[in-house]
Amino acid sequence: MSQFLQQVINGLSIGSVYALIALGYTMVYGIIKLINFAHGDIFMFGTYVGMLSITVLHLPFPIAFIVAMAVTALLGVIIERVAYKPLRKSTKTAALITAIGVSFLIQNSVLAVMGANIDAFPQVIENRYYDFLGVRVNLIQMIIFFTSISLMFILQFIVRKTKLGRAMRSVAVDKDASALMGVNVDNTITITFAIGSALAAAAGIMVGLYYIKVYPFMGFAPGLKAFVAAVFGGIGIIPGAMIGGFSIGLIETMVAGYGSTLYKDAVVYGILILILLVKPSGLLGKNVKEKV
Amino acid sequence: MKKLLSILAITLLALSGLTACSTTPKTIKIGLNLELTGEVSVYGVPEKLAAQLAVDEINAAGGINGKDVELVIYDNAYDSAKAVENAQKLVEDGVVAMLGSATSAPTLAIGPVALENQVLTITPSGSNAKVTMNGDVVNPYVFRACFIDPFQGLVLANFAYDNLSAKKAVVMGSNSSDYAKDLAKIFGDQFTANGGEVLQVGGDVSWYADADTDFSAQLTSIAALGDFDVLFVADYAARAGLIIGQARAIPGLENVAIIGPDGFESPSLNDLAGGAANVNNVYFSTHFSTLLTDTKVQTFIDNYTAAAGEAPSALSALAYDSMYMLFAAIKTANSTDPVKVRDALEATTAFAGVSGTISFDEFHNPIKSAIVVKLTDGLQTEAIVVNP
Repeated sequence: MSQFLQQVINGLSIGSVYALIALGYTMVYGIIKLINFAHGDIFMFGTYVGMLSITVLHLPFPIAFIVAMAVTALLGVIIERVAYKPLRKSTKTAALITAIGVSFLIQNSVLAVMGANIDAFPQVIENRYYDFLGVRVNLIQMIIFFTSISLMFILQFIVRKTKLGRAMRSVAVDKDASALMGVNVDNTITITFAIGSALAAAAGIMVGLYYIKVYPFMGFAPGLKAFVAAVFGGIGIIPGAMIGGFSIGLIETMVAGYGSTLYKDAVVYGILILILLVKPSGLLGKNVKEKV
Repeated sequence: MKKLLSILAITLLALSGLTACSTTPKTIKIGLNLELTGEVSVYGVPEKLAAQLAVDEINAAGGINGKDVELVIYDNAYDSAKAVENAQKLVEDGVVAMLGSATSAPTLAIGPVALENQVLTITPSGSNAKVTMNGDVVNPYVFRACFIDPFQGLVLANFAYDNLSAKKAVVMGSNSSDYAKDLAKIFGDQFTANGGEVLQVGGDVSWYADADTDFSAQLTSIAALGDFDVLFVADYAARAGLIIGQARAIPGLENVAIIGPDGFESPSLNDLAGGAANVNNVYFSTHFSTLLTDTKVQTFIDNYTAAAGEAPSALSALAYDSMYMLFAAIKTANSTDPVKVRDALEATTAFAGVSGTISFDEFHNPIKSAIVVKLTDGLQTEAIVVNP
């Protein structure tokens, strides 16, 4: 029993990471219906900025955290303005392919600058363990878990209760009508990208603290898993990203813990296929018929 | 008269030719064909320094069979084509034997040249199994001084069973590399043959993939297996470090002995394990350690440090042993004929080197002791010699 509970903790920890990344995915998709495949690499970029802020610039951790989020948000804005904005009137496939291109561009630029070495993220938070009910939880696991939950609430608040959020939702429904109502569509989309990228940086630093290993391709696998998580929960729906992230994390952990680590990815992607077949709108999604 | 003169001239010519043939060279030439520049010069340079030290020592002691040893040094810059060119130049220079290369790829390229020209070559550290082979049979002219990777699985199984008194082991490894797969298999087989038991977690090896970063689920299941004495991780530091760090956070695995191959030996191991404090009761096998207390080793360390300005690495030790094995073979053969030297080298038994006591198996791989190094708080604190 305690083994099972421990596996649940393991699953929730990795699930929080997926949820954090999935939040950014789902937000961008929710507003402009673009699956930003570069999101995993923006996450990787954020980890590097966080790491270098601590190791090279010797910034204290909270400031490094903010610097990483700010720099990564800026990267998100640049990507949006340079790569996606000119394609806003093109087909969705064009934007999707561009996103994949941007993903490779970021990956290989970091590879060129930082080299293929594996770096270790500085352990700035001293890890502590808490044992209860035969289960062990560590401090960083808790930090990741609560960060992802609180960021979800903050995002939900922004989208639902603020003027910016209203603008985002209106852009999501109809860009042209929003523009007619006085919403600055370009700025709204840019801000969405900035927030999504800042979230990715936050996730990256959490991952750095928890998993330590930092390398240029680190965004690829978690990015894909987070995408599955976002689809699982219902892409475009913020609480869905959360639920999807935790579910994928738990499923993966149970497969690894009670089956074999080698099958966990196959199971996760199998689930993606199942969802797309059975309920393409995801767990929390409503089936909205597109008007023709 | 004319005729007489011409006869005389011919005789003289013939005589001079004879003299040239019978004049033996004053020195014994040994060629170095190493990576002295380029991306892996960190391997080649210490080997050159160690070879130089060995030559200086033997010459100071009067040379071999009364002749001084002379090194002919060529840099191959980790370029296989260059390595082949160097080998051909060394053959023309009339070397008795060649030392090189430090890494496997250039050594593989040198193999055919050595075979074709019947010139012995010995690689101190080329660990690829194919290096000493010519297709499916052994290349009679290529030897190596380091043990090959899978051999460590055998040594570590003996170490776990004999030195750590482990009766139950769990084996983890990456299923993406031959290095890990061979090691995991050989460790498991040998540990079982010794009388130990390998606990099962989804097959006899608990596999993972190279890209994995989260091992907590797997380690939690391993911890649930109950009492076992040793966790064998067949992998490089990139993942072994993470596994060590994550294992130490799991109830039941805080103090279990974690052992692994020379892939553990990396400056990043402690960082990836989340700090040196997590790296306790960790052991890895290697070729050489400066912690060895043997007087022969200590003398080597002192002399090398004095000559090179830094402590010797495993590579220096292996190159040093390679040179002395060559010296011994030349002495035994009492000849500088490469074929006779080769025969003598092949017959090497129980050669006492600084990296262990060496004999060769049928594939020219050394059968030798390995060193197991203990890490305490991330530092090397003890070196144990383990015989195969």
